[in-house]
Amino acid sequence: MDIPLLVFLALAVVTVIGALGTVLMRNIVHSALFLIVSFVGVAGIYVLLEADFLFAIQILIYVGAVATLILFGVMLTRGVRGEQPQLNNQFLPAAIMAILLFVVVLVPVILNSIWPSSTQPAPTATTALLGQELMGTYALPFEVAGVLLLIALVGAIIVAREH
Amino acid sequence: MLQDYTYVGLMTVIALIFPIIPVALAKILSPKKPSPIKNDIYECGLETIGDSWIQFRVQYYLYALLFVVFDVETVFLFPWAVSYGVLGWFALIETFIFVAILLLGLAYAWRKGALEWV
Amino acid sequence: MDAINNLFPNLSAALDSLLRRFLPGTVVDIVMMLVSIVTILLLLPVVFLIMTYLERKIVARIQDRWGPNRAGPWGILQPFADMIKMFTKEDIVPAKADKIIHFLAPVIVAALPFIAFTVIPFGRGMIGRDLNIGILFIVAVTSPAAIGILMAGWGSNNKYSLLGGMRAVAQLVSYEVPMGLSILVIVMLAGSLSMQKIVEAQSGPGNLGIGWFIFAIPVGPIAFFTYFFSAVAETNRAPFDIPEGESEIVAGYHTEYTGMKFGLFQMGEYVSVFGQSCIVTTLFFGGWQGPLLPPYVWFFLKAFAVVFVFMWLRGTLPRLRVDELMGFAWKFMVPLSLANIFLTGILIRLVQIIS
Repeated sequence: MDIPLLVFLALAVVTVIGALGTVLMRNIVHSALFLIVSFVGVAGIYVLLEADFLFAIQILIYVGAVATLILFGVMLTRGVRGEQPQLNNQFLPAAIMAILLFVVVLVPVILNSIWPSSTQPAPTATTALLGQELMGTYALPFEVAGVLLLIALVGAIIVAREH
Repeated sequence: MLQDYTYVGLMTVIALIFPIIPVALAKILSPKKPSPIKNDIYECGLETIGDSWIQFRVQYYLYALLFVVFDVETVFLFPWAVSYGVLGWFALIETFIFVAILLLGLAYAWRKGALEWV
Repeated sequence: MDAINNLFPNLSAALDSLLRRFLPGTVVDIVMMLVSIVTILLLLPVVFLIMTYLERKIVARIQDRWGPNRAGPWGILQPFADMIKMFTKEDIVPAKADKIIHFLAPVIVAALPFIAFTVIPFGRGMIGRDLNIGILFIVAVTSPAAIGILMAGWGSNNKYSLLGGMRAVAQLVSYEVPMGLSILVIVMLAGSLSMQKIVEAQSGPGNLGIGWFIFAIPVGPIAFFTYFFSAVAETNRAPFDIPEGESEIVAGYHTEYTGMKFGLFQMGEYVSVFGQSCIVTTLFFGGWQGPLLPPYVWFFLKAFAVVFVFMWLRGTLPRLRVDELMGFAWKFMVPLSLANIFLTGILIRLVQIIS
């Protein structure tokens, strides 16, 4: 009765159900809500990995910010008359082929690659350590992330102001 | 740490179930007399005109987007703030550059009127 | 003296050792967790009832009228009357509303503030669990409230609700940034995200010599100002209560909610206000510390003092216009909080160099 394994399986099931719900639901607002379920499942998996800081920011950023952004987009465009997307299935065979190809390539890669794992216990002061790494070894990616955010912001404003 | 989060998990589950109890109790105790007029959508006491949609205002989306960018910035600043005591001057300058980059973005948004409520 | 100060931790330790004689270790752990959770979950609705009474009385007195005084002496039984009313009102769901979303929205909005109480330090050794990410956990757990509000607005199939929901979320989201940034100042001063460590850094063995963080001139008061007003805006309280603006948009996103579901929205709001008050006392006013009285008494006194200020603001200030609201957040609070963080950084470095 390995409790962490059971909890992992439960969270994995929740995440996959969220993902399936996102793509299978007819109502796009329901899809967005199932995506949130998926995010929460992933947050739970971070907890199992003892990455508590990542759990907090997954909830804060993905559920709090990104999901809100998605819901705003969906609700604002859904509210406009006459723009219901047509859900037709003419590409279904091609889609199934593509998925099978993807699975056939990905599964052997996952099974045959060597996943690095550590035998040391996970640190408890995760946030402090992250801070030191971010300022030290990963200083350049940190600044580049800032530039990336700037680009996203400016780009979105330019696109939006054209209305 | 996992023990702590077992508590958090239990708390989340129980806290989510907890509000359902009064609602269920209320369903038992309250009268149930639905009628078409009661179930009508409220519009200042008049009949609803048109379907329930609202004008697309890009302003709402821009606020959410600004929020995403600044939330990510705050998240990057948390580890820095926690380990601030042991970091040197270099870290302060680094972070200053990061925040300045994003303040440029805020200034741009301000100039372009993206912060106005239309 | 010490027995009263440590009353609750001692009770909990006694219960723990009692159970260990009959039950295996892990079961006792789970049972103790459940006891702790249930205690918190039963405490909060009681606080909610007290707050509804206080609010009506305080706002009434500020407006030079009596407030509720029919139900029982001084209207003390008013909250119970309100509770009975909530339970017995018919639950009307609007036509063509999305029933599941309509039902889940108030549950989420009411449940989230409860989860945040896992890390509130009520006294010495009295905290649900002292998580390493303490204050960040609270910020993270209160952010999905925006989703709950959007669900309420959408699920009512009513354009006023949807509009109200959007405006409420735009406000919520705009003030979450200064809130997070203000917390950073406290985290820098305390050197940790853990709530108990933040309290202990303000006096007692781990202290920094500053005393309560609000006295850390000049950054403390500025951080308190930005955090407190962001918290008022986050909980949709006056003067930031456009989302509930009764005369403007009917009742905004909870227009189409009746009976207990509306009661859940109210409970969510008041428990949020209490939660924010507890956070403010922990971050700025030294949490449970104080001479003579037991720690938990100090904590509740300080928290209710902050709650009183929330209600005082409601009774006194006029409502902010929505564009003033947003402008205030993005053009004033965000740059101020960022500047404050750098000021703190420089001051800490200078203090380190001097000493």
